[in-house]
Parts: sequence; C-alpha cells; structure tokens
Amino acid sequence: MSRTDTVVREETADALASASEVMTYRDALRLALREELQRDEHVFIMGEEVGVFDGAYKVTAGLLEEFGPERVRDTPISEEGFVGAGVGAAMLGERPVVEIMTINFLLVAMDQVVNHAAKIGAMFGGEVRCPLVIRTPNGAGNQLTAQHSQSFEVWFAGTPGLKVLAPASPADAKGLLKSAIRDDDPVLLVENLAIYKERGAVPLDPEFLTPIGLANVARTGSDITLVAHSYATVRALHVAEALARDHGVDAEVVDLRSLRPLDVDTVVASVAKTNRAVCIEEGWPTYGVTAELAARIQKACFDELDAPVERVGMAEVPLPYAKELETAALPGADRIEAAVLATLGLRA
Amino acid sequence: MAISNAKLRELYEQMLLIRVFETAAEREYKAARIGGYCHLSSGQEAATVGATYALDAEDLLVTGYRCHGFALARGVPPEAVMAELFGRSGGCAHGRGGSMHLLDVAVGYYGGWGIVAGQLPIATGLALGLVRQKRQQCVLCELGDGAVNMGAWHESLNLAAVWRLPVVFLVMNNEYGMGTSVERASAVTDLHRRAAAFGLPAERVDGDDLLAVIEAASTLLSGARNDRQAAVLELVTYRYRGHSVADPGLAYRTSEEIAEHVKHDPLNRVRALLSETGVGDDELDAIALEVDQSVATAIAASLASPPPPVSELARGMYAPGSAAQFARMLAGAPFGERELVFAGGLGE
Repeated sequence: MSRTDTVVREETADALASASEVMTYRDALRLALREELQRDEHVFIMGEEVGVFDGAYKVTAGLLEEFGPERVRDTPISEEGFVGAGVGAAMLGERPVVEIMTINFLLVAMDQVVNHAAKIGAMFGGEVRCPLVIRTPNGAGNQLTAQHSQSFEVWFAGTPGLKVLAPASPADAKGLLKSAIRDDDPVLLVENLAIYKERGAVPLDPEFLTPIGLANVARTGSDITLVAHSYATVRALHVAEALARDHGVDAEVVDLRSLRPLDVDTVVASVAKTNRAVCIEEGWPTYGVTAELAARIQKACFDELDAPVERVGMAEVPLPYAKELETAALPGADRIEAAVLATLGLRA
Repeated sequence: MAISNAKLRELYEQMLLIRVFETAAEREYKAARIGGYCHLSSGQEAATVGATYALDAEDLLVTGYRCHGFALARGVPPEAVMAELFGRSGGCAHGRGGSMHLLDVAVGYYGGWGIVAGQLPIATGLALGLVRQKRQQCVLCELGDGAVNMGAWHESLNLAAVWRLPVVFLVMNNEYGMGTSVERASAVTDLHRRAAAFGLPAERVDGDDLLAVIEAASTLLSGARNDRQAAVLELVTYRYRGHSVADPGLAYRTSEEIAEHVKHDPLNRVRALLSETGVGDDELDAIALEVDQSVATAIAASLASPPPPVSELARGMYAPGSAAQFARMLAGAPFGERELVFAGGLGE
C-alpha cells in the first residue's frame, strides 16, 4: 500500500469521525446529488420517473421540487435516446447524471455507452471529454426473475474508456457518486437494490470524496481474504462475522469499490498476508469480476498462495422466479462459508 | 359486430374473472404469497378480452408484463396462472416466470416479457416464422403506451411493413407509462397515428367498449391473417391500480381522476348490454358466484402445488445434448457451479 493510500484512508476515517450522520445508502446517494446540484450548475439529472414519481427507488425524491424540471428531467421510456443525449450534453461540458431504473434496462442503451461514450476521449485525442455519470442498481433477491435480476457491471468494467464504481456502504455511496460527478470521464455507478435500505455513518462534509480506484479493507483479518464489491461485500462481512464466531476463522474483507480502475495493489497486499482468497460476486462468475481477480492474484501472489483462489457467484442460469430456486442460485452465506472452509482445508 | 347473447355472457364472465383474479392477486401479494413485481390490469378488461377474442385458435399472442388478464382471456386455466404467481411447479411457466412472464405455448401464448418494447421484435419474428412456414395465422403483440418511444417500436413496425408480416401491434393506451402520462412522454399523443410513418393501417378505439374492440381487432387481425397486412390498434383504456402493487398510483394522478374512469367501468357497460338482452340479476349473480369460486379454487390448487425442485434450476436452458458439450468445462469451476448447474445434466 502506498503512503498516499494510507493518507486517504486516514482522511476518510477523520471525516467519518468528525461530522457524520447515520443514514441509508439511498439517502446518502440523494445527499451527494443535492450537494453536487448545488455546487455546479452544469450538473443535471435525467431518467425515467426521477421527477414527479420521486424515482423508481426514491433516490431522487424531492429533488424536482428543490431544483426544478430543467435540472431534474423526466424522460420517456427510451434509454438509448436519453443515454445518448447524456453523452452529447457531456461532450459540451454539461455534467449529466443519468439514472437507469435497473442495470437490466441499460442493455438497450449499451451501444451508446460502450460504442460511443467510452470512445470519445480517445477518438478526440483528449480534445473533447465525456463527463457523464450513469447511475443504476444491479442485484437480485426479490424474485424479479430472469430479465430483472442481473449484475453485469463486469461487461462495462471490461470496456476501456469507462470507469465503473460499485459502492457497498452509505459513506462510499456518497463519496463515490460525488467523485463520479466531478470526474471528467464517463462513469457507471452501480448501486444495488438490496443495499438501498442499509444504514451507516455518512460524512456531512460537502467535500468528502471517495477516491476512484482505491479499494477498502472493510474488515481486517489474518486467515483468508474475501474480495467482493457491491452487495457481495455486505454478504462477505456477515459471513466473516459468522466465521469468527463459529469456526475461529479471522477473515479479511476487501471491498473493491471500484472495478475499473481496479485496485489490484490492495487485493494483493491482503492475499500476500493471508495466503488464501475467496472472491465473491452477485453476477455470473464465468468471465466475471472474480475471474479477473483470480487471474491477477495467481500472477502476483503465486509464491504466497496456500490454496487455489476460489470463486463464488450466481448460479449460471437465467434466474427463475420461485423463491426456492432463486435462493439456491444466489451466492448466499451458506455457499460463501462453505467455499471459505474448503479453501482453508477445514471442510471438503 | 354481431355477437350472440351466449358469447357475450361468456366474455362478460372472462372480464369478471380477470377483475376478481387481479383483486385476489393484490391481496395475495400483500400477504407475501406472491413475490417480485405484480402489475395488475383492473380496468382494462374489455380491451384485453375483446382483442384476445378476435384471435383465431391458431393465432399467436405476445404481451408485455401486465399479462395476467391476457393469459386468462387466452384460456390459460386460472389455477395455472395463480400457481405461477405463487412460484409453484403447477404454474403455466413451471414457477420459473412469475407475474411478468406468463406463457402457455399450448394456446399460442408466447409470453409476457419484462423489458419495455422487447417483445415487439420477437412478435415480428414470430410473424416472419409464420410466413416462412406458410401458415395462414397472425400474431397479436400487446404493448403499453410507454413502449412507443423505444427504438424497437420503430424498427419492428418498419420490418413488419417492408416484409409484409402478419402482426398487429396492440397499444394498450392506459394513459400512463409507469407514472408518466402520455402527454409528458410522447410528442404525438394520438399514438396510432405513428403507424402512418410506415404506411400501416391503424385504428384508435375506446378500449372500454367491448364490442368496438372486437370489431376493430377482428378487422385488423383478419387483414394480417389473410393479407399479411401488419397494423396498429390503439385501445384507449385506464388502469385503476398503480403501475404495480408497490405503487399506490396517486403521486401522478388524482383519486378524482380514477373515480371518473370507474364511473364508466367496462364491466358495467357489458352488464348493461346483457340486461338489455334479458339477462336478469339472478343470472349475473350466478356468474359472479362461479367466478369467485373459480378464483378460490385456483388459490387452493396453487397452495397445494409443490415448489419446483432445485435440481431443475437449469431446466430448459440449453437444448438436449448440450451437457456433453459442457462436460469439459468443469475443471476449476466456481464454487457450487457443478452442484447447481451441472448436477442435473444441465437440466436434461
């Protein structure tokens, strides 16, 4: 870990220790939006139901009333159109924050994101930038079935030209969204349906920013490293507590926070210390975030590893509706714990 | 349109079944026996039943996600629809689809689909398949007023026109796409006029007038079936409940507005027609009793139906014979993949 990272972490701890308030992830996102709308007149919001309806998941509740319809713009259902409009406005220096109701609906706009937004900086040789933010939740667990339960942020994280962030805590939800809005490149901020209601301390300082490209050691431990992002981090933290209580296993949890750029340094430092790693994601692991992590870890930690890097993700099926099938398919605590114990040689 | 008294009585019963079914579905959703999203169609019964009645037995039906009524009108047994909402193996989609993804290939119902306008190109392709197979049938594709601003709408209408495909696009105009009124979403609010851009015939009728719906739908569907003439049918109706059960439906419209529509309830209009033909209150009461019993039976049957077994997680995902193709992919598989996906031979 570089000294800079240490300094940043201390600053974050200081910010949390000074003026903070316990709030939900959802409220933290709204606080970030409000602060940035107040700070910079170029910031504006658009998306389906973000205004009159207060947001499909209520992240933008009250913002239309506060900032008016020019700053909080309801769109028709036409994702390709309004994501592309965000790209164009950003090319002139506007700072659009586009909400996509769920990541599943981002696919119809994928061409604008991958084939347009991601290309602008390079194609214009840096002469034109695209400071666009797309916010959207991923996730499963509410029986939303095959077309509404997906987590394919990795598709975007595999695209040069994009930045992809995935906060797992209310503080990072605020800090990363603000960093995304102030960043000069297109950023996809992946939220999560299950975390919206999670509560945590959030710094009230309007200059509190979580750095892009810096992972967070969310729990320190010595026996094994769990690497995750978004809701999988919440799962990993719960499993880590259970492992300590029930098995005397002291797990370290690395919350990636940022998928592209990826903080490989923090992951490698942790695995070099614990010698074992289980990587967890909500999405399908094949060609997934955990696949990328496993490749990087085995190369950087080849001599330190005491066991193969293990991966846990969603069962590789289109998610069925029935609760029993959905529960079996998701990377639940039982599967994560079993993977950890197997990696430690404590269970076959 | 000439229609026998017996047929009118039958269609009334279907409409009432949908109303009672939706009321029961809302209650069961609030009792947490139904999960996921649950989009009700109360108020849209005449449009649903009239358009579906105009289909021949061999014709195909495709809809969006507000699909309980269409499944019932097309003849999917109420117990198979309710069991699907309950996520049971007796469901019409084997418990894999839930509220948004009802289907029953046996009656030509090729699915409720969850991505706005995603079903339009599919319906267009079904029509292409019918033409290639020289089958003199047609496709009815339902969509909401919110779907007409998606690229897939324009692309599908154009393909259907240039290739002369037997498909009728039914725009269920219930005045709101989620919480956004047609006026706020569409530059041209008379939605059927958009068909003119593709040289397609189109009609806009009162979707709460059962006989008018049947007449318009019959004309356009027979044009599609007999002359491969694609068309657009706009049915102007109203949804009484919110976008889904989770939406009270009052943030973007007033209770007075809803009450005004309830005054012209489509069920009452058909009841008046039946009274004119001499059907007495005692017979109407008998129909109501029959419908109530049918829904109660459906709920009881659903509760008795077992959940789908976890071993069927991957059922149907790949064609028979695929297991051998995947057999060499197991080494180093992510934790749980073998047990969850491959154990059932990929569901074979």
